[in-house]
Amino acid sequence: MLRRLVALLGLTFAALLTVLAGAAAAEGEQIVGTLASGSSGPIEGVTVTVTTADGDEVGSDTTDENGRFEIDVPGAGDYVATIDAGDLPEGVTSSSAERPVTVGPNRAQRVAFALSDGSVGQGGGDTITVLQRFVEGLRFGLIIAITAIGLSLIFGTTGLTNFAHGELVAIGAAVAFIINVSFGVQLIWATLLAVVVGAAIGGLNDRLLWRPLRRRRTGLIAMLVISIGLSIVLRYVLLIQLGGGQQPYADYRGQRAEPYFGGIITLTDKDVASIILSVVVLVAVALMLQRTKIGKAMRAVADNRDLAASSGINVDRVILFVWMLGGALATFGGVLYGLSDQVAWDMGFRLLLLMFAGIILGGLGTAYGALVGSLIVGVFVQMSTLVIPDDLKNVGGLLLLIVILVVRPSGILGVRERVG
Amino acid sequence: MDYAVILTNSLQAAFGPLAVFYALLALGLNIHFGYAGLLNFGQAGFAMLGAYSIAVMSTTYGLSLWIGVLAAIVSATIFALLLGLPTLRLRADYLAIVTIAAAEILNLVIRSPSSTPVTNGTRGISQFSQGFDAVAPWDTAARFDFFGIRYSGKDLWNMTIGWSLVALVCLLTWMLMRSPWGRVLKAIREDEDAARSLGKNVYLFKMQALILGGIIGALGGVMYAFNVTTAQPDAYQTSVTFFAYTVLILGGAARVFGPVVGAIIFYFLLAFTENVLVQLTAGSDPFIPPEILTRSDAFQIRFIIVGIGLMLLLIFRPQGIFGDRREVSLDAR
Repeated sequence: MLRRLVALLGLTFAALLTVLAGAAAAEGEQIVGTLASGSSGPIEGVTVTVTTADGDEVGSDTTDENGRFEIDVPGAGDYVATIDAGDLPEGVTSSSAERPVTVGPNRAQRVAFALSDGSVGQGGGDTITVLQRFVEGLRFGLIIAITAIGLSLIFGTTGLTNFAHGELVAIGAAVAFIINVSFGVQLIWATLLAVVVGAAIGGLNDRLLWRPLRRRRTGLIAMLVISIGLSIVLRYVLLIQLGGGQQPYADYRGQRAEPYFGGIITLTDKDVASIILSVVVLVAVALMLQRTKIGKAMRAVADNRDLAASSGINVDRVILFVWMLGGALATFGGVLYGLSDQVAWDMGFRLLLLMFAGIILGGLGTAYGALVGSLIVGVFVQMSTLVIPDDLKNVGGLLLLIVILVVRPSGILGVRERVG
Repeated sequence: MDYAVILTNSLQAAFGPLAVFYALLALGLNIHFGYAGLLNFGQAGFAMLGAYSIAVMSTTYGLSLWIGVLAAIVSATIFALLLGLPTLRLRADYLAIVTIAAAEILNLVIRSPSSTPVTNGTRGISQFSQGFDAVAPWDTAARFDFFGIRYSGKDLWNMTIGWSLVALVCLLTWMLMRSPWGRVLKAIREDEDAARSLGKNVYLFKMQALILGGIIGALGGVMYAFNVTTAQPDAYQTSVTFFAYTVLILGGAARVFGPVVGAIIFYFLLAFTENVLVQLTAGSDPFIPPEILTRSDAFQIRFIIVGIGLMLLLIFRPQGIFGDRREVSLDAR
């Protein structure tokens, strides 16, 4: 039975590799981007012109119904992208119509134009903005929580600080992206397939790498560094498959933000779906941990491995389930993250440090701590944009991580114990 | 395949300026990880501080390069203090997460549009290394040939200063680790509680080690900035730290020459695989068809090989080429 399961997992993995190999990377250099603002949604029909640093025109494009533009450039180097401010719809203004762009070899370089439509107060502290950011933070925090629960449980059951967990997230987004875009499968089905693949990869991770290493009694620091090696390998495999840029899924593009609660906050349909799905999945995981036999066993092993083993729990089997659960949750979180922030090869690493912040804040090794901590980190990161520039928002989350280690290293829900 | 070209290119890389950079980073990590058992994953941050100190001091404020070097040392010290204060009392994996986060914070802040007046954002700072090249005793634009291995005069000058610096740091490490200070450091790595019960201030020793290794890393960043003539945030991403760890573990941690040998072998192997892959994918009828592997992919494959190499090293030979297995601290305490 077990052998058959392993063979099945192997087959899934092989299928995944074929799928990955099928998606060819983009060739040549491009400048791409999307024009959109909060209330108008994507903006169609704006002319974007690219010139060299000396002012010679290279090419131009008009944005499509999704607000996207793509301009091929002759090679790597410095360019200037300009939008025709006259094409912008009423009420939308651009603070910088000209943007310098540096394009690397074989890269589709994204360029973002700052568009303002007066709907969001710039750094203002009014209640509406605060509520809006809070809800956005909740959405982001739920994504972090979904991905971080697995990371925390893996730490709790095996002691491994898994630096390759971010890559499980990125693989989830990438598998769903490839099935969705290259094979034209609707995103919901693509997501289900990706989650199955994620569980398989999680299980294979344990069976092929970590269980043999535990048998060899490899030290925890050595395992930590091994997970870093694994994360480098996976990240660059993803780079070769996906290319350097950021890409959206084929479905649910360019949605308009609809008003909710009498216009206090505005959310796109996919934001609402993301929040609802996250909550449903998290409640399901909590019920599983609380009510089912395997869930109780997981918490028991995370709490005290030796005690769990001596009360008859098959620790290796529980750890395999933890890895499969972690892989499935990470891929699902990855799909949601790709839905809101587009799919990119390095998206996992960006999320990883916030995941660590969340689980350390909540208490390393616990499932519910990871949930609470991640929600706080997500809300904190989004709310911090009220006072600091948007591009520095992750700095806030990482600083929170350092502060919590000074104040209460065991975390909010962790048991107070000496950790050093 | 042109084996002579592959060999000379690989040898050129093995002793080139990039090998100097990674040798210095790994020498710093050797003090942290090899001798003190500290898992610092923010070495790229220290290197970044070094590079930006030189660049900002000389271009933004128009000061001399020596002030820049001084600023590199001071900023690395401050960064180490900030890192160490909250984390040195905690377990090793916490230090790893915090240092990686701190280096990421530094990178995000330096590349942010808000700091453009000082750091010039993602485009970085250039035009500061002329003063360094001007002191070279030979023509930096000329090319020099050593048994078929070619270096530009500029690279040769960078290598001369760089390898001298490496030799000095090795001498310093050797002397320090024979001294009572070094013995305490190794004792802390082996058993922190034992060292503490003998009345040693473990926290202070760890902090000193963190600062010293950080300064060495920052000097590496200075040499790298002179070599590439720009300070640019993309060059100091976390993968730089992971490469430096690979170099250290390959050569052998807790050995004075481990990082140096590691850097030379690492760059030889890296350039070797890249050159072989480039030759296999080059030309109108390449040996490996472009459907399987394109030339730009060949560049990324190197990273995959580094990752696999790092995993295999730790699984099968954690002491590296020259290390002593008993001296490599691989258990979380």
